[in-house]
Amino acid sequence: MSSALPSGGSFLLPFILGAPLLAMFVIVFMPKDETKMIKIIAAMGTFVAMALSLFAFFAYDRSLGGMQFTLTIPWVPDLGVNLAFGVDGLSLPMLLLTNLIGFSSIYASWNMENRAKEFFVLLLILITGVMGTFIARDLFIFFLFYEIVVIPIYIMVIIWGSTKRVSKEYAGMKLTIYLLIGSAFLLVGMVALYLAAAKQGNPTFMFDQLAARQNLYSAPFQKAAFGLMLFGFGSLISMFPFHSWSPDGYAGAPTAVSMIHAGVLKKIGGYGLIRLGVYVLPLGAKYWAPVIAALAIANVLYAAFIALAQKDLKYVIGYSSVSHMGYVLIAIAALNPTSINGAVAMMFAHGVMSALIFSMIGFIYEKTHTRNIPDLGGLAHQMPRLAIGFIIGGMASLGLPSTVNFISEFTIFMGSIRVLPVQAILGIAGIIFTAVYTLRIIANVMFGPRRPEWDQLKDIRGPELVPLIVLGLVIFAAGIFPNILFGLVNSGVTSSGLQKVLETVSQAKMGGLF
Amino acid sequence: MADFNIAAVLTPEVALAAMALILLAIGLLIPPSARKGMMPLTAFSLIGVLSYTLYDFFYNPKTSFLNGLYWHDQFAVYFKILFLAAALLVVLSSGGYIQKIPKYRGEFYSLILTATLGMMLMAGAGEFIAMYIGLELMTISFYILVAYLSDNPRSSEAGIKYLVLGATSSAILLYGISLIYGLTGSTQFSEVASGIGATFSPASFLATVFILAGLGFKISLVPFHFWAPDIYEGAPTPVTAFLAIASKAAAFAALIRVYLLTMNSQAFSATGQTLLVVLASLTMILGNLMAIPQTNIKRLLAYSSVAQAGYLMVGIIAESAAGVRGVLFYAMIYVFANMGAFAVATHVSEKQGSDEIRDFAGLARRSPLAAVVMTASLLSLAGIPPLAGFVGKFYLFSAVMGKGYTAIAYIGFVMSMVSVYYYLLVVKVMFLGEGEDLPDVPVHGATKFTMLFSFIITIAIGLYPTPLAQMAIAAAQSLVP
Repeated sequence: MSSALPSGGSFLLPFILGAPLLAMFVIVFMPKDETKMIKIIAAMGTFVAMALSLFAFFAYDRSLGGMQFTLTIPWVPDLGVNLAFGVDGLSLPMLLLTNLIGFSSIYASWNMENRAKEFFVLLLILITGVMGTFIARDLFIFFLFYEIVVIPIYIMVIIWGSTKRVSKEYAGMKLTIYLLIGSAFLLVGMVALYLAAAKQGNPTFMFDQLAARQNLYSAPFQKAAFGLMLFGFGSLISMFPFHSWSPDGYAGAPTAVSMIHAGVLKKIGGYGLIRLGVYVLPLGAKYWAPVIAALAIANVLYAAFIALAQKDLKYVIGYSSVSHMGYVLIAIAALNPTSINGAVAMMFAHGVMSALIFSMIGFIYEKTHTRNIPDLGGLAHQMPRLAIGFIIGGMASLGLPSTVNFISEFTIFMGSIRVLPVQAILGIAGIIFTAVYTLRIIANVMFGPRRPEWDQLKDIRGPELVPLIVLGLVIFAAGIFPNILFGLVNSGVTSSGLQKVLETVSQAKMGGLF
Repeated sequence: MADFNIAAVLTPEVALAAMALILLAIGLLIPPSARKGMMPLTAFSLIGVLSYTLYDFFYNPKTSFLNGLYWHDQFAVYFKILFLAAALLVVLSSGGYIQKIPKYRGEFYSLILTATLGMMLMAGAGEFIAMYIGLELMTISFYILVAYLSDNPRSSEAGIKYLVLGATSSAILLYGISLIYGLTGSTQFSEVASGIGATFSPASFLATVFILAGLGFKISLVPFHFWAPDIYEGAPTPVTAFLAIASKAAAFAALIRVYLLTMNSQAFSATGQTLLVVLASLTMILGNLMAIPQTNIKRLLAYSSVAQAGYLMVGIIAESAAGVRGVLFYAMIYVFANMGAFAVATHVSEKQGSDEIRDFAGLARRSPLAAVVMTASLLSLAGIPPLAGFVGKFYLFSAVMGKGYTAIAYIGFVMSMVSVYYYLLVVKVMFLGEGEDLPDVPVHGATKFTMLFSFIITIAIGLYPTPLAQMAIAAAQSLVP
């Protein structure tokens, strides 16, 4: 961990961050007709990032825990901003997830010919931005990276998106406005937190410093600040009732954006709630937990009901992702180490699953030019490989044992059943609806009699197989050997002082503050 | 005794005045065909003065001229750098546009320099009369510049409007100054501050409100903003840029000095504070909301600049070194962000003869550089990281929240997210529209330099704000220790 560098840091994370960025710069200076070369360079950049983050994933010292591969450079001294990178058991799975999906998303867009140069430049900016939020240890830098992603997404949706139930311009603007209004309140909360932490001088944005100065935040302040964070991060994780951007946005967006957005970008909301909400403002988290739990149930059940009635494949998966985020929110509301473990694992599992299924839907749409469920059917006859990918994604979605999703959901219910019994049971009921709509789309799209109009379709092959192989492998690898993932997450949760934080919260309860 | 050290205090001003006169003479003497050379000449003289001013900022001590009539502190020099940089970029981006004007005459650049000189005087003025002289020098230069397209009715109309409204606001300002003089027997800021006393009187209240109104006109503070869209639309585009950027910053320079040195901690303070909070909020809300339905790029930028004035006011409300630092920082990055946007607008207007947003269709294909620069500039104005505007807003709003004004920070942050909406509409037209019947408009020469320079500075300061932040801190502390 330690080295002879002046700042005593590791440059692994900046390299991971820099790889897609470098590819982006190379592409900027390439002629725009060289689409093949552009795709290869984009794939190389994301491959390097993926390989390095896999290395980090296995090189991370789990017995030691805490932030590793750290690098701290003072950036804006008068504000106390540090360019601080580092990963722990919470952020490292998210970093890996980003790069797995980023790499797959390049291949999911392999047939993109229309304005390919601009597309891949924006896609690489998007991947870099998402990655930056997870490796930042400084709130300011975290926010900076988070907001970088909003504008490329808008441009990508309006240019390469598809107009179905709503126009792509509408979908793009709705998504952007929801996220930006959420982030406006988040910014107020962030400034308030920053000022409260700097009351006795030494302004700082570092997450660990902010968490260490909890004695400076009064209970009312924590409640108010957590409320703002909940609104901001809640919109991002599509918490009911701020979720309606999500199905429209995913339906309008091009495949790669849907994959990244549903796969990782959303998870910034959950990650932020844990990292900033639970660790830094535990009293606020305790105060808002019942609200989060109630809204989470609305997420799980309401979104699942709506998913049942959808005709457009992307809308089904869009609502299903809203529904699954409800589990993450229940776990956060339960506020104990087991449930937080489950929340992080669930974010990882859902990310891989939704990216896989969105990429498969992308291929279906590319080949058949429709996503309307009644128009499709029997695709497994003509495209068996695509059907396999679709079914793996669907099975993971409904939490079949041996997929990583099963373990995550199980952990969440283990963690939350004692604290929130009613909500946990209602949440388990949600799985039934998930099974219904998932099996329905698999049956209606993949199976059934052979349809002659699809006979000329070619199965996915060559580069198109990459998302299926990469993401499918991860689903089963982490599902069959869960300790690969859970050992890391658990080391993050236990070593980061969550136990102590939660003790503080329970003491506050005994003290009659609530 | 009176200190009369012109060399230490007034070198850039004297150089600029001399250059303005020389350019005027050259414009008269040389034949019209040779006037193309005036743009580079002006640019080089501005670069010379700008380099001296940068040296001035870091190495020359704080001093005053004629017992505080005119100050040479880092605050004033910071603003001089700002005005000169803005003038330089405006001159560089205006070459093609100005030469296309049928009745192109030599005095355009001379007038730009006199306007800059006026602004510099406003930034350094230590008393009301000097400030007023600077203000009038700037404003009168602008009357001519706004109406420069003499065969274009829109431009002439804008010139007349600006003349009438500007003269009225000057009268109001003068009336306020005369009330102050009547109350305290002095026009020097420091003496006024001690003379006005802590007791509330209707006269001091009126005086402050009048001064605020007079300067509020220049910074297009709501409710004194009505002139801005019409005049921005009618004026030649480079002049609009200069008006939106530099004249606003100059009025802020004067307002900060007057407000923080004179009005602060006086009887008026409490009332004035409430008034400023209300006006700044209204400015942010109305500016942003009224920008939404605009279809003309110059009108859109006009309302956006009204909104930007609201953000800048927030820093004054904080009444602290942190707040002034925020204003200084934001004003500087505002120059580059706005200049990028206006350089593209000037370019498109020169090549296509139109300022309508729909004529930007397909700019991403027809001129990728211009589209990217426009996008980055607009998003910096909206305060989206990693562009400079985000850091600037952070400075402003953290300063005002530090003083306990949380509500205005909510308004500011939410409104800047609203502003993303109309900025993105422009982005949408540029990237999504096809613009098949529109010509390719590649960018060359000085215009390309202006765009690239503004773009690079906007990104560089957003990614690494420390150098500019330190300059702003030094400048703020020279005024409010």
